[in-house]
Amino acid sequence: MLPSIIAVMVFVYGFIAWTARVSVSAWKGLLPDYTFVGIDNFRGLANDARFHIDIRNTAIFTVVFMLGCLFIGLGLAILLDKGIRAEGFYRSLFLFPMAISFIVTGVVWRWLMNPATGDRLSGLNLLFHKIGLDGLINTWHATPTWGIAAVALPAIWQMSGYIMALYLAGLRAVPETLREAARVDGASEFMVYRKVVMPLLRPITLSALIILGHISLKVFDLVIAMVGKQVALDVPATYMWVTTFDGYFFGRGAAIGIVLLVSVAVLVIPYLFFTLRREAER
Amino acid sequence: MTGTENRAWVYIPLTMMALFYLVPLFVMLNAGFKSFAEVDLKTMWNLPAGLSFDNFRAAWDALSPNLFNSLRIAVPAALASSILGSLNGFVLAKWKFKGANVIFPLLLFGMFIPYQAIIIPLVDFMENIGLAGGYWGLILTHVIYGIPITTLIFRNFFATVPQDLVDAAKIDGAGMLSTYRRVLLPLAIPSFVVALIWQFTSAWNDFLFAVVLTDNTHWPVTVALNNLAGSQIIAWNVQMAASFMAAVPTLLIYIFLGRYFLRGLMSGALKE
Repeated sequence: MLPSIIAVMVFVYGFIAWTARVSVSAWKGLLPDYTFVGIDNFRGLANDARFHIDIRNTAIFTVVFMLGCLFIGLGLAILLDKGIRAEGFYRSLFLFPMAISFIVTGVVWRWLMNPATGDRLSGLNLLFHKIGLDGLINTWHATPTWGIAAVALPAIWQMSGYIMALYLAGLRAVPETLREAARVDGASEFMVYRKVVMPLLRPITLSALIILGHISLKVFDLVIAMVGKQVALDVPATYMWVTTFDGYFFGRGAAIGIVLLVSVAVLVIPYLFFTLRREAER
Repeated sequence: MTGTENRAWVYIPLTMMALFYLVPLFVMLNAGFKSFAEVDLKTMWNLPAGLSFDNFRAAWDALSPNLFNSLRIAVPAALASSILGSLNGFVLAKWKFKGANVIFPLLLFGMFIPYQAIIIPLVDFMENIGLAGGYWGLILTHVIYGIPITTLIFRNFFATVPQDLVDAAKIDGAGMLSTYRRVLLPLAIPSFVVALIWQFTSAWNDFLFAVVLTDNTHWPVTVALNNLAGSQIIAWNVQMAASFMAAVPTLLIYIFLGRYFLRGLMSGALKE
């Protein structure tokens, strides 16, 4: 076996096991303390008001991010599939944010989504005011409870092109004869999509949901760059980082890491097995 | 394809979306090229009075060491994980060993894990072997966590190479390594481009590993930019110029090698 595969196994599974061990330890402070405390750290999280905010924020972020990416991604793919001029140009344009880091995205969008009001109006709010759409002016991430939804918007900007690319590949795989047959039968263009195209795209929607879902569970850089370490806009990944590396609550940090890992695993493992089995059948 | 009468309904939303996608880029460049005198946020949508490089100069002074750090980290990381991935991909696709069917999914799962679940041991380990703080701990980390996807990219490619080619080399007495080097490697150049630019981009854009594994003299540009943007004394125009500079290398790769970048993206979703 190749040494690099062994290294990956150690760095992935060995370290996960090590984190799991820390998560059931009393380690608090700079020096490691592996005293076994059972599931205390997990129980602590279950009763931790900050972790409740994290779960709420993750739920809001996930729903906004997924719906935004799926609708925009599918919409753009359908438009690009219409045999338009300069398709390559548009496609590249919608995908370019994927090449940029979440830190850059976060820094720029922080200024675009400046929540200041009144004379200090700036960013998108100022633009809305200038084009007469004052109704759209809002406090973005400074909005209580729903603030995290504003952080999901740059994430949609960054990732919807990816979903577009997935759907576009799927649309290209739908045989034109199938659509033509439906049209000959008198189906409207809308019905062709609903009854013929969409059912064939279902596997892509499933992949897209899993990819997006695991990204939103892991979201970290974007939150840090856009809004820093605010409790109201906390997510599990940022809480883990703050509690571990700023607060030295290693046991609790490890517990958050394990909770994140399990949620990602529940989403990704069935997908991995399904994909690999289908590949083996081919 | 429908008739030409309703083409506007295709082009109007597409163009509006295109403008929306360009807004952040416009803001970065528009603010970047203003002079220090035009820093007022109230004029952020006005075009610059003239072309000024003040902000870019200030951003360069602040970030240039970090841009070079990023380069020093991302280039070796991309090279090493691509080479290792190509070897692994070859072995998994062509030299099927016992347990390959177990190893491969285990390896793939490594692509998806939240790094929060390994970061405490990672930092501990790097400190113990004396690699925390500098470039090498971070490079090693990028190499190792990059191997799952590079292995996948090469395995998928090598799976399409006819087995006869490999068998013929075996009959000619070539060992595993020389079959790889003489027969498969020359065919795999496009996959190398995919793996290299994918790994370069992810290492360049990484923040989490860098922030825990490097000290401030070795910070890559993402960490430095986040710090610069968090400070109250740096003008926002300079922040925009700095953001643009941090994005340029990966944007250039995207512009010139977008086709390969897209293939990397598809591999990341386990799609070919």
